[in-house]
Amino acid sequence: MKNSSTDSIAPSDGISALHKGNALLYQLDEFMKPRIIAIVQKEFLHIIRDPRSLVIVFLMPIIMVLLYGYAITFDIKEIQLGILDENRTPASRELVQKLTSSNYFKIMADLQSRNEIEEGMLQRRFVAALVIPVDYAKKLKTEPQSQVQLIVDGANSNTATVAINYAKSFFMMYSLEMNTQILVPPLELQPRIWYNPDMKSAHFIVPGLVAVIMMLICTLLTSITITRERESGTMEQILVSPIRPYEIIFGKIAPYVILALIDAIIVVVCARIIFGVPFRGNPLLLLLFCVFYVYASLSLGVFISARVKTQQVAMILAQLTTTLPAIMLSGFIFPIISLPIVLQIISYLVPAKYFLTIIRGIMLKGIGFGYFHQPAIFLLAFGTVLLLASVNRFKTNLEG
Amino acid sequence: MTFDIKIVGLKKSFGSILAIDDLHLDVHEGEMLGLIGPDGAGKTTTLRMLSGLLIADEGVCLVGGKNVRSELSAVRQFIGYMPQRFSLYPDLTVAENLRFFADLFQVNKEERENRMKRLLEFNRLSPFSNRRTAALSGGMKQKLALSCTLIHTPKILLLDEPTTGVDPVSRREFWDILKELRASGVTILVTTPYMDEAAKCNRVAFIHNGKILLVTEPEKIAHHYKNTVLEIVCDQNVKAAKILIASKQFDSVHSFGDRVHLSSHQTSEQMKPMIKNLVEIENIQINSMKEISASIEDVFVELLN
Repeated sequence: MKNSSTDSIAPSDGISALHKGNALLYQLDEFMKPRIIAIVQKEFLHIIRDPRSLVIVFLMPIIMVLLYGYAITFDIKEIQLGILDENRTPASRELVQKLTSSNYFKIMADLQSRNEIEEGMLQRRFVAALVIPVDYAKKLKTEPQSQVQLIVDGANSNTATVAINYAKSFFMMYSLEMNTQILVPPLELQPRIWYNPDMKSAHFIVPGLVAVIMMLICTLLTSITITRERESGTMEQILVSPIRPYEIIFGKIAPYVILALIDAIIVVVCARIIFGVPFRGNPLLLLLFCVFYVYASLSLGVFISARVKTQQVAMILAQLTTTLPAIMLSGFIFPIISLPIVLQIISYLVPAKYFLTIIRGIMLKGIGFGYFHQPAIFLLAFGTVLLLASVNRFKTNLEG
Repeated sequence: MTFDIKIVGLKKSFGSILAIDDLHLDVHEGEMLGLIGPDGAGKTTTLRMLSGLLIADEGVCLVGGKNVRSELSAVRQFIGYMPQRFSLYPDLTVAENLRFFADLFQVNKEERENRMKRLLEFNRLSPFSNRRTAALSGGMKQKLALSCTLIHTPKILLLDEPTTGVDPVSRREFWDILKELRASGVTILVTTPYMDEAAKCNRVAFIHNGKILLVTEPEKIAHHYKNTVLEIVCDQNVKAAKILIASKQFDSVHSFGDRVHLSSHQTSEQMKPMIKNLVEIENIQINSMKEISASIEDVFVELLN
């Protein structure tokens, strides 16, 4: 046992010296560390020591990229087709042969009766069935027009539309091939798709994910950062220091700016490597706009956090006001034009909408700074207004 | 500049509840004043108003001669406030917590490391400086909280029930530390629900329903009490107290744990036979009965009535 444990607490001059040895007691020292840096350092320590926030920051973006990238796809490579050939002639067999060799259809079943069509669709063996009638070959020779029937499963309207379009263009080509003297329409539309010529969903979705994930990280983590200190009582201890509201608020959001940017980089790199999403623009330009976007999103998180009392309420509010609009009202998946007019108007207040325009523009189109005045101004203004409102509302006392 | 506290006509309500009702209190420079009262008496509210965490509805708080309302940031430079609830970061180490609070008060680096070393030694936390705060015992947590409060060498300390929930040994140790601080010239205002702790202050203020009932020195407490106080130890305290109250022969009867205190303007010689008669009829065995000097409890109970 140590002797010291039975001694009196300390030589009484210990504490006196503490006071005496500090002549410049209340004068600010020129080497002092800004309080804001102290808050930033402390905030970083919280993040590093909390496994949950590390998971949210580093694992969640990767999981989301994989989930969204693979799961949300509108791509239809081949239409699964059932064929009911009632004709059974060389002409009908030629048609089937042509269909098989096209890249648009995959023949799943050779049907024997009309009953089998329904059966096959219910079992989801194919989404469309082509019926070649008994008089197909005969009509081809004798009449100006012969008809075939396409029955499509409309349960998935997206797939049905694609199947009909594929079939239309196939039969157009096939008709031309069979009869070269057919009258060609005087006007022909030749669509060409730019920026995402293969119409790959991932190219469309994954850049949008950057917007959603950054919004999620920024608001989820910052919305609880201030309420957590209120709940645990640590705010009370901080507030009795000479700290100012802006020092607390800026000090608290600064670490998350860096984390959100790291997330942006993770998602973009994943997009490039896993989904082959092109990056045609300037990465530094994108990073700059990410900073603007993070600024807007964090301000929203802080705005919520400075207003509510408990972490739970903060998280629910953050979800409602940020993540949900970022997914639904930003054009991430659903085009804004097809939203009801009220939601369209609300969408103008969603930062993700502006950032989506920017990131898709930079990654897919490679366009430069000049095209993004408006979204940039919006993001900066949005962030500034909310941040000022938060600082203004934030009081260094426990009232209200 | 004198580091004292003056509270004049303080009022504060929360909704319809009047928490502080025309409170007046002076704490002199260099003294340790114990603010004692039951839960809900207004102790925490008073300290929070002194530190500017709550804004008074009426009245003035002068801390170190400065008005808390209008010169709050100056006041916050020289006060140290320790909230009742443990308010440090459990995921930071002892040293990191200290460093953080030093930085909040912009103590420069060299000075900071110096003070940290001294405070850790003073509070015997040196061996734990790299331990996460969450892993400290209750007593160590309170000592760390006090250290964080002291890191900017405040001249006035406001401590809100600093030893609630702390084991008796740590409590004694903590009060020894406060004594040292007072000896070094720090003005201390400490709230406590414990009577024995209040007795360690050089003055005691009784607070109840948001009002100060009495301010006195612990040694003079008996002077405020004119009556004779008898302490009775018997086998059925509660029952005995009930009987004595029902007899209406005494000014006050209260049971404190395993004993009954009763007071009267009569002498103890007059009281003893009366008590014996009243109690023994009911088959209650009296173990001891003696005259004592009034304690803080007795005074408080009398003040409350």
